[in-house]
Amino acid sequence: MKTSRMKMRVPILFAGCLCVAGMAFGQTVPATDTVITHAKIFTLAGAPIEGGTVVIHEGKIAAVGANVSIPAGAKVIDAKGLQVYPGLFDPVTQMGLSEISAVRATVDTTEMGSINPDLVAATAVLPSSAHIPVTRAAGITEVLAVPASGGFDSVRATNLIGGQASAIHLAGWTVAEMLIRKNAAMVMDWPGIETQSFDFSTFSMKEKPYSDAKKDYDKAVDQLANWIEESRHYAQVAATSGAVYDRDVKLEAMIPVVRGDMPVLVFADKARDIRNAVEFCQKQNLKMILTGGSEAWKVKDLLRSKSVPVILRPTLEYPMEDDDAYDRLMTQPAELLAAGVKIAFGSFDNSFARRLGQQAANAVAHGLAYEDALKAVTLYPAEILGLDGELGTLETGKIANLIVTNGDPLELTTEVRYLFIKGQLTSTDNKQKDLYEKYLNRPPATN
Amino acid sequence: MNRRRASFGVAAVALLGLLSGASGVAREKEAKASAAANSAPALLIRNATILTVTRGTLEKGDILIKDGKIAAVGSGIKAPADAQVIDASGQFVMPGIIDCHSHIAIDGDVNEGSVSVSSMVNIADVLNPDDPAIYRDLAGGVTAANILHGSANPIGGQTIVIKLRWGQPAAKLPFEGAPPGIKFALGENPKHSNSRVSGMPDRYPATRMGVEETIRGAFTEARDYKKSWDDYNKRAAAGERNLIPPRRDLKLDPLVEVLEGKRYVHAHCYREDEILMLLRVAKEFGFRVQTLQHVLEGYKVADEIAAAGTGASTFSDWWAYKVETYDAIPYNAAMMTRRGVVVSVNSDDAGEAMHLNQEAAKSMRYGGLTHDEALKLVTLNPAIQLGIEKRVGSIEVGKDADLVIYNRDPLSAYAVVQKMLIDGRVYFDREKDLAGRAALEQEKKELLEKARKSAEKKAEEKKAEEKKPQEKKPEEKAKPPQEHRDEGGAR
Repeated sequence: MKTSRMKMRVPILFAGCLCVAGMAFGQTVPATDTVITHAKIFTLAGAPIEGGTVVIHEGKIAAVGANVSIPAGAKVIDAKGLQVYPGLFDPVTQMGLSEISAVRATVDTTEMGSINPDLVAATAVLPSSAHIPVTRAAGITEVLAVPASGGFDSVRATNLIGGQASAIHLAGWTVAEMLIRKNAAMVMDWPGIETQSFDFSTFSMKEKPYSDAKKDYDKAVDQLANWIEESRHYAQVAATSGAVYDRDVKLEAMIPVVRGDMPVLVFADKARDIRNAVEFCQKQNLKMILTGGSEAWKVKDLLRSKSVPVILRPTLEYPMEDDDAYDRLMTQPAELLAAGVKIAFGSFDNSFARRLGQQAANAVAHGLAYEDALKAVTLYPAEILGLDGELGTLETGKIANLIVTNGDPLELTTEVRYLFIKGQLTSTDNKQKDLYEKYLNRPPATN
Repeated sequence: MNRRRASFGVAAVALLGLLSGASGVAREKEAKASAAANSAPALLIRNATILTVTRGTLEKGDILIKDGKIAAVGSGIKAPADAQVIDASGQFVMPGIIDCHSHIAIDGDVNEGSVSVSSMVNIADVLNPDDPAIYRDLAGGVTAANILHGSANPIGGQTIVIKLRWGQPAAKLPFEGAPPGIKFALGENPKHSNSRVSGMPDRYPATRMGVEETIRGAFTEARDYKKSWDDYNKRAAAGERNLIPPRRDLKLDPLVEVLEGKRYVHAHCYREDEILMLLRVAKEFGFRVQTLQHVLEGYKVADEIAAAGTGASTFSDWWAYKVETYDAIPYNAAMMTRRGVVVSVNSDDAGEAMHLNQEAAKSMRYGGLTHDEALKLVTLNPAIQLGIEKRVGSIEVGKDADLVIYNRDPLSAYAVVQKMLIDGRVYFDREKDLAGRAALEQEKKELLEKARKSAEKKAEEKKAEEKKPQEKKPEEKAKPPQEHRDEGGAR
């Protein structure tokens, strides 16, 4: 079925190429300079620039401003009436790792076993995944592909260390072309004290006494602590010149983590679990990024004092507890930021990645400053992952991942008119638009 | 189903829903509520932008409400002396949102998955007025919802339309006079594609062919059953004596109502082929499918759906969570609308229902619906699909005063519900909600403290007990297993 669809799509793709000559379908081609003029430019590194110009040279932003001269021979896009923003950055997806979440054969998010630090997302990212162009059409130019991060309809195994997340551009013929940072962050699923668990042998929820749950939790934390201790020893030995030791791929992968060079995405939602995770990471000197954080507001002072940033789950859902305020997840972003906690929004799910802007807008409706909302889907995720030197704002020298829209990129009705990834004008066509056009042209039914 | 909590996956939960069978205890049997009593004084909403849906937009308009109904719509309406006035300057009023696919307010599981035809079970028997989802979805602008059985079976349970009258007993939830419905389901869920597990018994049907035959088989039975009753009634009416009535069949009764056009079929479906299959079967048996639910490939066969007079209730932008949703496109609602189908956008998820206004707005971007057309997706169109359009779905004189007040145009991600009215009564007021939070927090603290003290006391007593010389204690009775609460339908 899939093959035949792909065959069918080939002519459409080619037709698309003819229509928008020069548009790159995810590939990198030698480029002349591109210039966007007469636009309102939201650099996110200062006040918006009216009637501004962006010059893109060899994949990077060469100049931004109101009075920028246009290089000779440059391709010019007149963006009068349009607005320019950095492309959006979704810091938790399973992009390329999961195609149809209910079909195991198409899902490569979660390995067996509980300690898998040597797994790297980039290995299994499928550059031709249909999710990539669909997500791109929503103005998202880069994402973090995160292993063992769940996702809609996917069964999440009990991984303690789930593997390494890779930061990728949403364009490229190969993963190599897509890569921003292959080893961007380690994934840790904080065990938590689960008094309810799903029993696969009877397919029912099983209640566990707290004492048993606590025992399991302690065991898991011990396992993590021992593992990190081992990793630290390994790192020491590895750093000793002339040391002779047995190589171990898993321990090897932990070296940047225990050295504090690689951040750790720590998945936790309940206040108690977050507190425990923060304490653990402090003790182990890990660079923690709280991921999920449904109850982060309850521990905001702790998060601020330990400088732990949060990648927040979608705001458009019910909060954890029945007696939480109905808008708890929507008011939390403003509350965290006001308390001095760095935040970013994540979709946590490929199929809903395009709701990233909507999530941020809803937080604005509940008290978040608009500029912070914009930054929380661009600059802040880049900062949290240490990629703000290359991405997140429109500044000279940064990678030219940017979007040209007809309005506020967080609003539901806004369209992305042009999208640049690594300075390349990249198509926003996708499987869904193809189907739209195909069936729009279906002649009236005959019977 | 709350996606956030789905750490072990919706598939597993869906399966749980399919298999854990037991439905809750019926709280109110045959909940037949009369119209909510309305002795409230008249109410005037003043100076709002009124999105009537059927009669355009009225700037700086007023709405007068009497006895729970809209009594007047216009500008400069004089309030009766005793009228309560809501100043809605700078705010937007639209008809209450109607969610054509919801699983809130259900006590227990949504699926009776043990049989492939479960038309004997009825959601009306398990309405739970204490579900906090009622309040939360109210806060998202929803005033009425179609509460459905899950999608485990080709023919599922009976459904009921409710108004979200938070704080009222179960008997007051049903939407008075709304036609009853029944859930059907096609495709992967009823054939258990994603929930088959080794060691678990499987059941017919396991293919789309089997799904069709299950439905045809049931209606063949229902047709014969109806005939036997028709014959009996005819002979009885003719005065024939000593007749033995046919034996009542609780499974077939609702299907006879479908054949008679008295019960609406709401059919969960995704793929184009199964959509056409059901329309064919319905035609064969002479009934109309009232709505296709989800119907994510509806855009492929929109003409056929329109020709059948069938409505379509879909998602805004969900896709790729299973094979049958891989061709789902966010343009679906707009495309079906353009081909003449009455289309609504639904939630199927308690959390999603908090922002259906936003989900409707997406059809302006994807497929170019107008502002009014997008609004209809969550107001008038679902009202038509549920047979309640004479009562709700637009702001017109004589209709129920089921209204939402937003702080700005509701077709925006920045709009926040300020007030919600059902039958002219304010059921949600954001200001009051905000003002009451501190008190609730305090109450919670006190209750927790109380629970803590009581637990400590018990522990002390137990200690004292243990110090006493050994007495034979009666064996503690095993607790019945905790029933798992499935939060939603199997999509």
